[in-house]
Amino acid sequence: MTKETARTLRAFAIELAIYALLVVAYFFLVLHLLGDWLYDLERQHRYIYAGVAILLIIGQAVLLESVTTFLIRMIRGRSE
Amino acid sequence: MFFPISGAHISPIYLAIVGFVIGILGGFFGVGGSFIAGPALRLVGLDWNFAVGTDLAHIVGKSVVAAKRHRALGNVDLRLGLVMAFGTFAGAEAGAQLIQMLKRAGNVNLVVSIVSIIVYLSISAFMLWESRKTLKSQRGRSSRAKVKGLTAKKDKSAFGHVSRAIQRLKIWPMISLPTSGVKAISLWMILLVAFVGGFFGGFLGGGAGYIRMPSMVYVLGVPTHLAVGTDLFEIIISASYGTFSHAIKGNVDILIALVMNIGAAIGAQIGAIATQYFAGPKIRLAFVPLPLIGAAIVIYTLVSGHKL
Repeated sequence: MTKETARTLRAFAIELAIYALLVVAYFFLVLHLLGDWLYDLERQHRYIYAGVAILLIIGQAVLLESVTTFLIRMIRGRSE
Repeated sequence: MFFPISGAHISPIYLAIVGFVIGILGGFFGVGGSFIAGPALRLVGLDWNFAVGTDLAHIVGKSVVAAKRHRALGNVDLRLGLVMAFGTFAGAEAGAQLIQMLKRAGNVNLVVSIVSIIVYLSISAFMLWESRKTLKSQRGRSSRAKVKGLTAKKDKSAFGHVSRAIQRLKIWPMISLPTSGVKAISLWMILLVAFVGGFFGGFLGGGAGYIRMPSMVYVLGVPTHLAVGTDLFEIIISASYGTFSHAIKGNVDILIALVMNIGAAIGAQIGAIATQYFAGPKIRLAFVPLPLIGAAIVIYTLVSGHKL
């Protein structure tokens, strides 16, 4: 294994560990808080639910992409 | 974990792992991955209607992550993606209408199954032939050529003469796609490719990236890396429409999609970054098994009578 590959793998493992911690926190805070509200919305206001569903999935994707990009930059910056 | 909207009990770890695998495939090949996600959700007991709708919602999230990464790498042609979105909507509607017609005729399952098997096998066989021929001719020209970083984006195809001939067709209006390196091409050809992709998406289900990505390369002459990134951007628009449509019908459990997307966010980035290290023909060669998996699933459902 080359030095560069080892460094990349190490950075990836650190990123994964930090990411896992963030995800667990996110999971319990956001999903548990939103669960009942989304369930009610789905039963009573389908059109609003449809709009909220798209906003949530896009918002989460943008957030996760930003977090992973930040982590990649931070870890690579430190390891170089 | 209990998901109240669909009433299903599914492990969040399982969902995140499925999302991760599909994220890698989506980031690398520009496909939605519904041929894996649908059966994977069915496997843990999610109803078929929820599996389809929730999968579409998850595809939106995964495609946002992968497309953002591809855009940072310069692999997204926004103009091409926006134009294609119009053709995709029209095609998806036409495909859905054909499904309704076949439903009324009473033979929808058999027709869709046979058509999808033929389409999947044809795509795989053609891409296998083309990518191997291209790789062979490249090896003949330069045995020492190394592919790394940005040089991997220089794309060659044994089918390039066809896309060049299509670009020479002067059917007004002509538009240029500077990001994709296409000087001029008829707008109608782009819409036709998008329509066919959308049609198969509406007819066979899923995002139909397995048809659109190769079509962009072979028909429009778009480099493979650009085709992957642009297809993902286009999938965001078409899958958002599909998600909305399914959500108002009560077919989307957004909580499941959000959990799947947690894994997909990492997978999609890995897949997108990995494209930088492979030349176009190698990505196309690696793409070959994907439609075969789709064909295998359809053959299984046809023979066993179980819908995965």
